[in-house]
Amino acid sequence: MKRVLLILTLALLCISCVDSDTSRTNAAAPQAGQVLINGAGATFPTPIYSKWFSEYHRKFSNIQINYQSIGSGGGIRQMIEGTVDFGATDGPMTDEQLQQAKTKILHFPTVLGAVVPAYNIAGVTQDINFTPEALAGIFLGKITKWSDPELKKANPGINLPDQNIVVIHRSDGSGTTYVWVDYLSKVSPEWKSKVGVNTSVNWPVGLGGKGNEGVAGLVKQTPNSIGYVELIYAVQNKMGYGKVRNPVGAMIKADLASVTAAAASMKNMPADFRVSITNAAGKDAYPISSFTWLLIPSKIQDAAKKKALTEFLQWMLTDGQNMVEALSYARLPKEVVAMEQKTIAGIQ
Amino acid sequence: MRSSSTIVAQAGAPRRARTFRQRLFHGDQIAHAVTFIFAASIILITALLFYELYSGAGLTRQKFGWSFLMGRIWDPVALEFGALPFIYGTLVTSAVALIIGVPLGVGAAIFLAELAPIGVSSGLAFIIELLAAVPSVIYGLLAIFTLVPFLRDDVTPVLQSTLGFLPFFQGVSYGVSLLAGGSILAIMILPFIISISREVLLAVPQDQREASLALGATRWETTWNVVVPYAKAGIIGSIFLALARALGETMAVTMVIGNDPKINLSLLGPGYSIAAAIANEFTEATSDMHISALIELGFVLFCITIVVNAVARLLILTTTRRAKA
Repeated sequence: MKRVLLILTLALLCISCVDSDTSRTNAAAPQAGQVLINGAGATFPTPIYSKWFSEYHRKFSNIQINYQSIGSGGGIRQMIEGTVDFGATDGPMTDEQLQQAKTKILHFPTVLGAVVPAYNIAGVTQDINFTPEALAGIFLGKITKWSDPELKKANPGINLPDQNIVVIHRSDGSGTTYVWVDYLSKVSPEWKSKVGVNTSVNWPVGLGGKGNEGVAGLVKQTPNSIGYVELIYAVQNKMGYGKVRNPVGAMIKADLASVTAAAASMKNMPADFRVSITNAAGKDAYPISSFTWLLIPSKIQDAAKKKALTEFLQWMLTDGQNMVEALSYARLPKEVVAMEQKTIAGIQ
Repeated sequence: MRSSSTIVAQAGAPRRARTFRQRLFHGDQIAHAVTFIFAASIILITALLFYELYSGAGLTRQKFGWSFLMGRIWDPVALEFGALPFIYGTLVTSAVALIIGVPLGVGAAIFLAELAPIGVSSGLAFIIELLAAVPSVIYGLLAIFTLVPFLRDDVTPVLQSTLGFLPFFQGVSYGVSLLAGGSILAIMILPFIISISREVLLAVPQDQREASLALGATRWETTWNVVVPYAKAGIIGSIFLALARALGETMAVTMVIGNDPKINLSLLGPGYSIAAAIANEFTEATSDMHISALIELGFVLFCITIVVNAVARLLILTTTRRAKA
């Protein structure tokens, strides 16, 4: 009996020792000059962000940036609640959301992405040209056949079959959907009033696939279907995709240059960068392009974190931009980089 | 020594220290306290879950009330939310799964328990139990690459030419459909039905079989009229366990159901299930109302599973009572 109690006491002692040990090491960590920064948000830029954060950690070993790709919605929510040091989103925060936040939140564009129409039509191997009217008509369910005059007019010489179009969209809420419907609502008043813009919408027609891979899989399997995927996904999986007519009237196939051109063609960029660049009116601009943003609070209490974050932003805009094209993201145009560098100075 | 015994004494709250210490070292008091805490934690977790879902759905409960259950529009832009298409999709896919899965599962269990040689029976049972452990996303992949093209190219034309006059088999089929969701669910719940039903059938006392055979019944008459009725409660239990799994299944269903929140009478048309909607939209839901609507969907699913379990309990109670009477 005594032995049992002795063992119990010893066990308790051991536990308490271990406990105090861990708490001591935890407390000691920040004193060694280590800066730990936590962020969360959009999944679309995760590959480049992971690359940036690990490269930056290799360069400055005392700075550790953790990023969790929980989705833009989660990134915005955590930012409003102040539970992370920075957020990331594919669609800018609304005025209402900005008001909910305790501190003023700044948007910093990091890279550009694009969304492309992918299709599977029996016997058609050429790139199909899409007018804005055709895309809006198809996704509204008004253009139901591939042989519709609107499509035939834009594609002389291509033998489009007299078959029903199967529309495929994303079923999960996503920044890709946001960019796609943002474009549709700019080119079609009917889309704007009937459906609107969000990360998930009430689709008039079509089947839903989960993620880029879900949409791509459905398009591949379903004859005479059309869907939309991220440019990066289409490039990496060597999928064919169509050209889209921009407001200037040119048929543009999305690539890194035409996406950067879309951002560069934005006249009067707003100072807070909360802008949609879909349907940009540049000669070489691909019209379904978008920024993705980092969300940074304008006031950062912790001096070490503030220094680390502002220095990282500077690095991201200069050296960091040279890494993006290897991962199929389009880089920011010079004008935007210059504007952002001015904004960084405003972080207090 | 004194201090440590008081610590334990506080946890067990004994009336008399001496008898307590005696009982303590036989383990009774400790075992009682520890297992009670474990049991209570389950009730606590359920209550917490119920409360969290109920309070999290406050916004939509206030705005829509009961009409949330009857609404057919799900529009995250206009913030109008109705759960009916999701409830419909969840119930229909689960029903299809049961219609396909129950005859197959119970039939297989009867064969394995009653008719197959013991070596075959235990070998197959082992493989079937392995199937229950396959992650649902693997079943989803199987469904996308094999089941959906098979349904679209081979099953649908046959169904439409034979049963096409029924409203359940009309319209254009793209493969992804309520039927595809139900079929993959049927495959996923089969291992549960088979392995539990087999165990239950094996547990039927040998006397029952011998008595029936002695009265001149054939082997099949014995199985069907004596063994299966004896094991009925257990078989029904296995079916409801399978149904509970089908109702909550997310990944495999969302990969093949078409994810379109409309009420299609035709099983060949696309649909949407509650679990799939939550998994799809939660990460990117930004507005409070949208999140609240998704949480309320979760609450609805929670209530459906509770009702299903209650019905299962009732059914088992009545069947066992009738069997005894």
